Amino acid sequence: METMGVDPFVFRLSIFVLAVFVGYYVVWSVTPALHTPLMAVTNAISSVIIVGALIAAGPAAWSLAKALGLLAVFLAAINIFGGFLVTQRMLDMFRRK
Amino acid sequence: MTADFAALAYLGASILFIMALRGLSSPRMARRGNIYGIAGMAIAVATTLAEPGVLGYDMILVALVAGGGIGTFAARRIQMAAMPQLVAAFHSLVGLAAVLVAIAAFYAPDAYGIGAPGAIKVASRIEMAIGAAIGAITFSGSIVAFAKLQELVTGAPLVFPGQHWLNLLLGLALVALGVDFAATQDTSAYLVMIALAFVLGVLLIVPIGGADMPVVVSMLNSYSGWAAAGIGFTLENTALIVTGALVGSSGAILSYIMCRAMNRSFVSVILGGFGVATATAVKAGERPVKAGSAEDAAFILKAAKTVIIIPGYGMAVAQAQHAVREMAKALAASGARVRYAIHPVAGRMPGHMNVLLAEANVPYEEVAELEDINNDFAQTDVAFVIGANDITNPAAKTDPKSPIYGMPILDVERARTVLFVKRSLAPGYAGIDNDLFYRPNTMMLFGDAKKVVEGILQAL
Repeated sequence: METMGVDPFVFRLSIFVLAVFVGYYVVWSVTPALHTPLMAVTNAISSVIIVGALIAAGPAAWSLAKALGLLAVFLAAINIFGGFLVTQRMLDMFRRK
Repeated sequence: MTADFAALAYLGASILFIMALRGLSSPRMARRGNIYGIAGMAIAVATTLAEPGVLGYDMILVALVAGGGIGTFAARRIQMAAMPQLVAAFHSLVGLAAVLVAIAAFYAPDAYGIGAPGAIKVASRIEMAIGAAIGAITFSGSIVAFAKLQELVTGAPLVFPGQHWLNLLLGLALVALGVDFAATQDTSAYLVMIALAFVLGVLLIVPIGGADMPVVVSMLNSYSGWAAAGIGFTLENTALIVTGALVGSSGAILSYIMCRAMNRSFVSVILGGFGVATATAVKAGERPVKAGSAEDAAFILKAAKTVIIIPGYGMAVAQAQHAVREMAKALAASGARVRYAIHPVAGRMPGHMNVLLAEANVPYEEVAELEDINNDFAQTDVAFVIGANDITNPAAKTDPKSPIYGMPILDVERARTVLFVKRSLAPGYAGIDNDLFYRPNTMMLFGDAKKVVEGILQAL
């Protein structure tokens, strides 16, 4: 039966394609007035790449990969804090009368 | 923590990210959406930190605090008019982080469970090559976009003969090196491919002019998403795959909306050079225009029952949004109905004008999008154009030879009177004359946008 199993890559590809569709419908529902906050927040959440950076930075012993990982953690952290905070700042300005 | 539990936590983070975007469907829900996004990020980071291979907490903490501090500082200090630059700078960081993670995965594949050094799974090699290449293009392209928006370099398109062939050649070389790397795991093929991708990122953005920046910023937004998704496949992490897909499609949709608002194809924007060839066709100054003073404008505005304000990039440059808001308040106090009309490509990024007006405390109910307000111009006493030009040019409707023919415009010429705040009669970005300047119902108010509006305010 092992030969019948689906390659895990195909599972991930399925998730990816479905997420593209989710993104498509969710983003079309965003009001044009909030397109700038949309870009700021998508920027913040794409910094979830920090999970890859943390794994590279994880080992206790120094290596090239750890140094690269730490630098990536630093860059992604700028984005995460900056992206979410600036989004919050913008959204706080959108007020009713 | 078991791998299954971690996978479920990443799924939870993905759902929170989707809800963060969903919240932006209305300003009322959006703040809560942002909280969901922050929660999702906290879950993703905490889950990774709890993984057995992650031990060196001290240095990680230093990197997190240093990065977090810089990000917090930037987010608090940035002016709303400079938001496009900030977003471009942030895109570049995502791109560079993607490149660094892809290189780290190459040197320490065992940490990611994708093989041993020199024996990485073929699928992972393909994925890390794609992720690194898109990340590198995102990084250098965003740096160029940042420099143009910050006016460190000229915003004019930089075109040279053979440009597109050079880009095509570089693109093909990228693919060839990527294939070579996937087949042989050759270190130099991988690193040279990444270096070429950095060069290609620069070359892709230099020919694109300032006013096409809304498309460029959206496009780089999209690229940063695809780069994250590519890395997500390498790391076999669903949170990254889902987020990358969300961000990638979001940027792609915004690019499409911007292109549609200019009636240009995505390809024509990417190939660049717009506004160069046509700049010589302008014959400004040969026809008579009616210029007015701030007092004249105040007199007309005082008599108006309905006013629509049309802001453009010039309002952002002059930081005139607060003065405009004060003027609108004064007019509203004397009984006029004042609204704002936003063209999708007004400004340097999608939604730029909305943020500026929000900064000046304009309630969002008074701000309308093109399709919602365009029919109202015919019943409007005064259309007040400030810092905009091409998006009001009637040639887009009447002159098939115009470079902007077919672009949806705001029908300001239908208003009883058009007040047009502008520095001079110089053409807009498209390099074409605006017939609106010479119409009998148009009054030009020459000068700096902020000073003109302040003058009107005084005269009111």
